[in-house]
Amino acid sequence: MEFFRPTTLPEACHLKSEHPGALPLCGGTDVMVDINFDRRRPEALLDLTDVRGLYEVSRYDGYVRIGAAVPYTTIIAELSAEAPGLAIASRTVGSPQIRNRGSVGGNLGSASPAGDALPPLLAVDAEVEAVSAAGTRRIPIHEFFLGPKVNALRRDELIAAVHVPVARGPQQYAKVGTRNAMVIAVCSFSLALHPDAARVGTGIGSAAPTPRAALEAEDFLADELAERWETPEPLPDDVVRRFGELVAAAASPIDDVRGTADYRRHALSVLARRTLEWTWAEHGRQERTR
Amino acid sequence: MSVSTEVRNRTAGGVGDSPVRPDGMFKVTGQFAYSSDLYMDGMLWGTTLRSPHPRARIRSIDIGAALKLAGVSAVLTHDDVPGERVYGLEIADQPVLAYGEVRYQGEPVAIVAADHPETARRAAALIVVDYEVVEPVTDPREAVGHPYWKPVHDQPGQRTAMSRDKAPVHPEGNIVRHQPVRFGAPDTATADVVVRGDYEVGMQDQAFLGPESGLAVPDDDGGVDLYVATQWLHVDRRQLAGALALPEEKIRLTLAGVGGAFGAREDLSMQVHACMLALRTGRPVKMVYSREESFFGHVHRHPALMRYEHGADRDGRLIYVRAHILLDGGAYTSSTPAVVGNAATLGVGPYVIPNVAVDAWGVYTNNPPCGAMRGFGAVQAAFAYESQMDRLAAAVGVSPLEIRIRNAMSEGSVLPTGQVIDSPAPVAELMRRLEAMPLPPPLSEDLRGMPGGVSNTTHGEGVRRGVGYAIGIKNVGFSEGFDDFSTARVRIELVGDEPSVLVHTAAVEVGQGLVTVQAQIARSELGVERVTVAAADTQVGSGGSTSASRQTYVTGGAVRAACESVRVALFERAAERYGPGDYRLVGGTVESTVDGMVGDIASLLLEGPVERTVEWRHRPTQPVDEATGRGDAHVQWAFCAHRAVVDVDVELGLIRVVELAAVQDVGRAMNPDAVLGQIHGGSAQGLGLAVMEEVQLIDGKLRNPSFTDYLIPTIMDMPPMRVEVLELADPHAPYGLRGVGEPPTISSTPAIVAAVRAASGVDLRRVPIRPEHLVLPAARPGSDSGIAPGTPAHSTQRP
Repeated sequence: MEFFRPTTLPEACHLKSEHPGALPLCGGTDVMVDINFDRRRPEALLDLTDVRGLYEVSRYDGYVRIGAAVPYTTIIAELSAEAPGLAIASRTVGSPQIRNRGSVGGNLGSASPAGDALPPLLAVDAEVEAVSAAGTRRIPIHEFFLGPKVNALRRDELIAAVHVPVARGPQQYAKVGTRNAMVIAVCSFSLALHPDAARVGTGIGSAAPTPRAALEAEDFLADELAERWETPEPLPDDVVRRFGELVAAAASPIDDVRGTADYRRHALSVLARRTLEWTWAEHGRQERTR
Repeated sequence: MSVSTEVRNRTAGGVGDSPVRPDGMFKVTGQFAYSSDLYMDGMLWGTTLRSPHPRARIRSIDIGAALKLAGVSAVLTHDDVPGERVYGLEIADQPVLAYGEVRYQGEPVAIVAADHPETARRAAALIVVDYEVVEPVTDPREAVGHPYWKPVHDQPGQRTAMSRDKAPVHPEGNIVRHQPVRFGAPDTATADVVVRGDYEVGMQDQAFLGPESGLAVPDDDGGVDLYVATQWLHVDRRQLAGALALPEEKIRLTLAGVGGAFGAREDLSMQVHACMLALRTGRPVKMVYSREESFFGHVHRHPALMRYEHGADRDGRLIYVRAHILLDGGAYTSSTPAVVGNAATLGVGPYVIPNVAVDAWGVYTNNPPCGAMRGFGAVQAAFAYESQMDRLAAAVGVSPLEIRIRNAMSEGSVLPTGQVIDSPAPVAELMRRLEAMPLPPPLSEDLRGMPGGVSNTTHGEGVRRGVGYAIGIKNVGFSEGFDDFSTARVRIELVGDEPSVLVHTAAVEVGQGLVTVQAQIARSELGVERVTVAAADTQVGSGGSTSASRQTYVTGGAVRAACESVRVALFERAAERYGPGDYRLVGGTVESTVDGMVGDIASLLLEGPVERTVEWRHRPTQPVDEATGRGDAHVQWAFCAHRAVVDVDVELGLIRVVELAAVQDVGRAMNPDAVLGQIHGGSAQGLGLAVMEEVQLIDGKLRNPSFTDYLIPTIMDMPPMRVEVLELADPHAPYGLRGVGEPPTISSTPAIVAAVRAASGVDLRRVPIRPEHLVLPAARPGSDSGIAPGTPAHSTQRP
């Protein structure tokens, strides 16, 4: 197995175009597990640990650009205001050691349906910045996940960053696991309210072949909230319940070692109701203090 | 006892102190050398090819391609086993390497030695095994003939010298052991209040952190040295001698650093394989299992299906208990017979019951072999009988504490085996002490204190609190007539003009603190602070197994006896030097009861060292009757009780254990810090079984052989504990001590489940509890019929 350790992004892109079978490696919290279990034996490893540019966070025009290698620890510490959903999700990732090494870029690269960072990115319509020797393009997050652990990157592309719109309203993330910490999601849900645009965004994790949005639930809730944004009274029970049902209906879960399909649907409806009540209450507090 | 009490009080680091463990600093700083850290120049790496099938006939094995791989030194199969082809703790029925048939997924088929572990793994992948796959028997009910019977074993197992006399083999079928217990008139007893229930315990793994590993080094005389993490060096050696066709004296074992055991190291894993490869290649061979392989490389806790019926009067006083306990032993015998013995003889709990009928079965299936794990048969039964006690309390309208106090056994009570409890059995007192403990504060506002923890699933919605109680009973030491002993060699001599003691035993430190306690005993008995405990190896006689909560009792007893023998010799020297008198050894000095200090111990050693080796036994036990279970089977009993406080998110089915309180009688706290450590650790392991730990199987195949999906409690799951330790001396035991390690594992599981029931109102019948059991009625296992063997609970007929 060949091992490359570039120090600049152009160098990394060049290596990736020369060796399209090279597997990018950074924190190693997914890749090294697979290699240790002998689940995959890539022809080469492209170690991005020394590409300093991948660790940068920058801001522009209402967006935060989060470098692909920025660890979860940094997101928790520095981005709780601008990307609250992502920050909450980052707190649920693995252990302190994993959060020090793991990054959103890795989550996107693995494209596991259980990736904790992915539902919040769906809920805020993030964009993935893909880079290659040929140039840069931005892939809308809703077009990024093609199948279980399959993403929309070309073989010569690397993930440079993810672009996250700065939050203009409350965001939440909740994850069910069968342990109180350090657990892979049985299912997860992220909700973002966008009062300025009178929209809501959702993201479902671990309950379909890919992370996915609950589009019908989003439309239903946006309609229900249309007349309520400026006078945020508590929502009627039937609205909250219906939202939960629609989120559950958007999932296509399976039975596996971590949980059953029935339970995942049930739990998603509970998480959807709770996160709606939390975000709506927070929106109410923000409106009142405005 | 007064003299030795004074000795204890005056020699620092003795019995009753908590001196710093010699291994403690190294372990917490990552410097301790575990068996997986062994290294020798020129060594080869061994690896194991395992069966992917739970059941298949082996048509052929082709090792040609593997042998041709550069770097490979040896590829061995069953044809290369020098001696006996099967081994086992009680019954030799487990192949060193499979021949003819594989009976569980992960059974070793071939072994490889190569110059690099990856080379060895790649060579193993080149071995071609032609399997004829056979449908496995994976349901223990099916294995014993319900609804139909299929043989897993058609060859009789060989009995070994280790075989416990009353552990009948059923070579014609799948029943490893059936043990009835009959007491009073259980067939005719009737009661006003009757509760029946079916219960199920999933397959728990010991989940030790140090995987199976060791280093075998061939020597010039055709023998081999093995450095290995194990629980009993001499029983390993006996089995190695058989498999390698070598006399025992040519096999020398030295204990390597053990990273936890919990029963999983009682059976052999890589021992024979590494030695075979070393003897074949003439080079040192190291083997280390990966975490995934470890799940296939050791036995697990027996899953159990249980049916219980409790009859009581209107005040809740028990009149009868009838119980069926079906234990899935998996593909090979391992320690199933003894596990069955415990489940049967301890199967109704620490209660006085005039009429008892228990039937416990251990059976073969094509599931992974099950054997020893902390609690050993008592864990499974306790989940059922404690669940029943709570249901009985509800039926008669008294509290869970009161029902246990009303039925509590005490010193002088008679077990259903007819054995009299002849030492303190403070069952009622343990419950009363739990009752007196303050309850923890209400629901935490910190996310980390809520069900779901940092996963942010609730901010208080749906959370209900519950409190539950349980108590368990465990035998200490090997039971049922087993000749259970330990050997200690104690030497006292001058080292640099200072008296110094060397304690040498073959008893295994697995992390519980045995090395420390051996030194404490020597300090107290010989009045010398400088004590060294030699590495455990086979150059001294057997120390017996580090299991059954027995080492402090039995090896501790042996060390004390050897010290006493040394002391007698020193007193003879004292008498020669100072005249006849009544002497004692305190803080490095020799005291006479009449004249006070007369000299120092060092002066007694000028004429040379004193060394004594003693083989020490606890009082004998008896086998139990095959038909009635009658017999004085046990040496000693230990009791622990728990109160669990839980918060349950009843909409998501997530559980946060808020607090565990425990009260345990330890007879004498030899090392109070270590006692607390055992109670904390055992409670955590019971918590794991209650709410998360299960080896999941489908058709005999493991679904979760990793710590990604076999979850064990983290610090976010294991709550703070309140612990009270009682010291009610057992007059039959050294220092009055009682085994400590297993009891807390037994009662924490049912206490937590009781608390979850109280919080949720859901009648839970299975551990571990899964979230869907709490929130989806259709997913809930267990009813009041259908899981136990297909005979009525009071029948004596074998299924």
